[in-house]
Amino acid sequence: MSYISLGDKDKKEMLERIGASSLEELYGCLPDEVLLKRRLALPEAMPEAELLRRFEDLAARNTYPAHLSFLGAGVYRHFVPAVVDYLSARGEFVTPYTPYQPEISQGTLQIIFEYQTLVCQLTGMDISNASLYDGAMAAAEAVLMASRLNAKPKVLVARSLHPEYKATIRTYIRNLGVRIEEIGFGADGRLDPADLARKIDKDTSAVLVQSPNVFGVVEDLKAVGDLAHGHQALFAVAIAEAASLGLLAAPGVFGADMVFGEGQSFGLAPSFGGPYLGFMACKKEHLRQLPGRIAGQTKDVDGRRGFVLTLSTREQHIRREKATSNICTNQAWCALRATMFLETLGHDGLREMALQNVHKARYAAGVLGRIAGVKRRLSGPVFNEFVLELPKDVAAVNARLKAQGVIGGLELRPFYPELGNSALFCVTEAHTREDIDRLAGLMEEALR
Amino acid sequence: MIREPLIFEISEPGKRAYTLPALDVPGPADALAGLPVRAEIPGFPQVSEVEVVRHFTRLSQQNYCVDLGIYPLGSCTMKYNPKINEKVAALLGFAASHPLAPADTVQGDLEVLRLVEDYMCEIAGMDACTLQPAAGAQGELTGMMLIRACLEERGDPRKYVLVPDSAHGTNPSSAHLCGYTVKEIKSNEGGTVDLEDLARQMTDEVAALMVTNPNTLGVFEYDICKIAEIVHAKGGFLYMDGANMNALTGKCRPGDMGVDVLHINLHKTFSTPHGGGGPGAGPVAVKRALEPFLPVPRVAGTSGALILDYVRPKSIGRVKSFYGNFGVILKALAYIWSLGPDGLRETAEIAVLNANYIRRSLDKDYYLKYTTATLHECVFSDKFQKEHGVSNLDIAKRLIDYGVHPPTMSFPLIVHGALMIEPTETESKRDLDQFIEIMITIAREAETDPELLRTAPHATVVRRLDETGAARNPILKWEHRKT
Amino acid sequence: MYPQTYRYTKDHEWVEVKGDSAKVGITDYAQKHLGDVVYVELPALGTKLAVHQTIGTIESVKAVSEVFSPVSGEVVEVNGELNAAPEAVNQDPHGKGWILRLKLAAPGDAAALMDAAAYEKYVAGLEA
Repeated sequence: MSYISLGDKDKKEMLERIGASSLEELYGCLPDEVLLKRRLALPEAMPEAELLRRFEDLAARNTYPAHLSFLGAGVYRHFVPAVVDYLSARGEFVTPYTPYQPEISQGTLQIIFEYQTLVCQLTGMDISNASLYDGAMAAAEAVLMASRLNAKPKVLVARSLHPEYKATIRTYIRNLGVRIEEIGFGADGRLDPADLARKIDKDTSAVLVQSPNVFGVVEDLKAVGDLAHGHQALFAVAIAEAASLGLLAAPGVFGADMVFGEGQSFGLAPSFGGPYLGFMACKKEHLRQLPGRIAGQTKDVDGRRGFVLTLSTREQHIRREKATSNICTNQAWCALRATMFLETLGHDGLREMALQNVHKARYAAGVLGRIAGVKRRLSGPVFNEFVLELPKDVAAVNARLKAQGVIGGLELRPFYPELGNSALFCVTEAHTREDIDRLAGLMEEALR
Repeated sequence: MIREPLIFEISEPGKRAYTLPALDVPGPADALAGLPVRAEIPGFPQVSEVEVVRHFTRLSQQNYCVDLGIYPLGSCTMKYNPKINEKVAALLGFAASHPLAPADTVQGDLEVLRLVEDYMCEIAGMDACTLQPAAGAQGELTGMMLIRACLEERGDPRKYVLVPDSAHGTNPSSAHLCGYTVKEIKSNEGGTVDLEDLARQMTDEVAALMVTNPNTLGVFEYDICKIAEIVHAKGGFLYMDGANMNALTGKCRPGDMGVDVLHINLHKTFSTPHGGGGPGAGPVAVKRALEPFLPVPRVAGTSGALILDYVRPKSIGRVKSFYGNFGVILKALAYIWSLGPDGLRETAEIAVLNANYIRRSLDKDYYLKYTTATLHECVFSDKFQKEHGVSNLDIAKRLIDYGVHPPTMSFPLIVHGALMIEPTETESKRDLDQFIEIMITIAREAETDPELLRTAPHATVVRRLDETGAARNPILKWEHRKT
Repeated sequence: MYPQTYRYTKDHEWVEVKGDSAKVGITDYAQKHLGDVVYVELPALGTKLAVHQTIGTIESVKAVSEVFSPVSGEVVEVNGELNAAPEAVNQDPHGKGWILRLKLAAPGDAAALMDAAAYEKYVAGLEA
């Protein structure tokens, strides 16, 4: 395939105007020693039909979609209304650049403004940015933002924060004089307030907790927030399962200084890990340290309302090495899909979706918990994930389930050995009762 | 055109756009005991499906886009986004893949990652590649972290990173995020790295030089091999910002020029769409010395039995969750397979042809600060038009009236009042000629009717917006007002 | 244009010394080049500054400029009006647009700076 739009005559005329006799001549400004003297060793060009066949072959090598899966752990299968795919595929949404010329980008800019509003409504915060790469990177940015705000060197992070978020934070802070310390969780799966009280001190910049946490357990945000503020530390809340915001109290209500996380549940396909949607919101007094692009409302010369990217002086293209973050390209099209998703589900649809998650997970936990030998771990209230300890090796059980077309819960031992032979199960509104009963039947068989 | 209100302004309780299946398990009220249930959200949208579809369709009509016309943004490579790429990337087999799925159930996904890593290495002349970074800037940060980790292992991470004064803002900000202090290298009268300044500043306290090649003026760093020698002689690394790779694919390879590490922008060179500001992808390709430090996990094993290897003791860790913007990477694979080796080379050659054609057609009417040969982009300035009180901003806004997207403005910083033009290889001669004609018309208007330009645009849904007011009194969301 | 009683720096700050108190701001040349000021970052009271140490930053829509202290001293007052009305820096840079007041640490600092005539000449040279 070729996407060149020049005919032979065109090329000839253009070379003439330039005063060159060949395309090679245009590369005369390169030293000969660097010019590649061979063809690139790549497969020969494929016409469209062949390309499609090759991709269908590759996609068919993924057997995962043919399985019934109960995996969650930061990536969730939710219903996505048909209008989201339909509308987001429009060329006017897929092919524009960043809206630096606002007069011809009012579509993108107004949608960002609506997105920012929705994030603030759901999180209970004053200000949101226009998106970050994903929840993990948002966590790293939150840690950096906290340390810029109060210049203290230590951030206390819940052990029950998603392991990939923790790993990303560690990489980002490696060279920056900020350190993190983990706060353990109790038998209920919630952050252990005694451990927090022991470790929090005058050097603590922020306390960071995820809710629902990696185990699906909903934290007591008021208790954590009060402890943090009582020691002049910032209170930062991470959300990996954004669908929970449809039903659970907004972290802003508990005094969170920053709320951030992953918006994949809002209309984004799991897509083997990306592209996803990092969101970040904060209190208005922290505005100038918030990373990422922000859209604002203003007027044009005739008094019409319009939207622009604003407060750009926080960003790299102006402040360069003193910027709040080096982020440039973000996840605008993903934020667009999330906006479409949220506006289509609407207030009541989002709440009902979240409610269904709670009820289905509760039913599943009940049915699975009644299997002989299976123990429910962590007693705290959950949203749509829960932890079960199994009497037989999790990997072995999962292998048997897989042979029957079912992907079981995520093995937790590699990340949380203290939970022993446990697995994390996720159940959403997309699972039917039959699906859950099928899992229960197969697990009972495997554990006999 | 209908001005479309905010969704919140047409929202009303009782309207529904989506219905869920009925709950098929028990749903007792006491299931919520112990959960902090939220209050209602005043003003959260409640609209019908018709309203959603019209809302977004109308908003889409207020966006310029590549599908509409030329997008000559320098350094952005706004080339055409092939539609077959969109189709293959959306295949259910890929879209439904969970990143934590057992490896044997996602061999197709792992094969995609392995193939694109290998192709990036072949195209860039490097030894290993990570696809994890979500954008160019994140790729830069990753690359600089790799350099630092390697130097730390050798005993001294060093203090400084050298960055040319023509560099993109992400370069110094990424270096800074690695704990380095940034020092500027001057450009010479040709617009390229001043070798003397480099030799003087390149000491054994400098970890790396970050270079863009071709640079942000579109000029190839002719002395790139010498530059690499100077940097390597003092034990430093040469980082290349690959934003301008569109001029080089199939013609030359950074790895052959002494580059140790570079990032590539899939959403520039490899045609993946910009989506209004992302998602992109910023793979990082390295020479062997830096391979042990690459982010974890790495794809390992043989085709059909690929796995994700997490046992990488020297790795810098991870820069985001999972493996990268997979959906974007799929589109880049489609592009590489579509074009093949000759197509990729032709891309670079025609990108250079198109840009030089524009340059030669406009160099009487617009000022070219640097007369050095340029490749896929060229940078004019508003110097001639300034004599009539017209700035590059006014020129840009007037271009909008003619239905064309303006070039990149005010970058690089070393050209005052810059207009950086990169047409890319996918523009037709007709579109190029139309752009040229419009630019010349505007140059004439600057002489005869400068006020028309200073008050442009006139024909758009909104005219010039008060950006000062937006920054002084930020309104960053819609507020619900209790009635 | 440039008040006779003030002294000026090469980075376009002015200082007005009265006894051991010094008022600091940026000049008309600086505000013209910055464009519409949208935000002024002010230091905390009590901050001790050396000559040429960064006081804070001034932001316009498209640029950020550091403000350097012309003299050494301790911050005793900041112009809180600039929070609600940063445009004062554009409208009256030598008067209402003042940024902060210092208690001088070394009275001789200001004497080393340019007087109004020297600054006008310096600025004319830049604009050529």
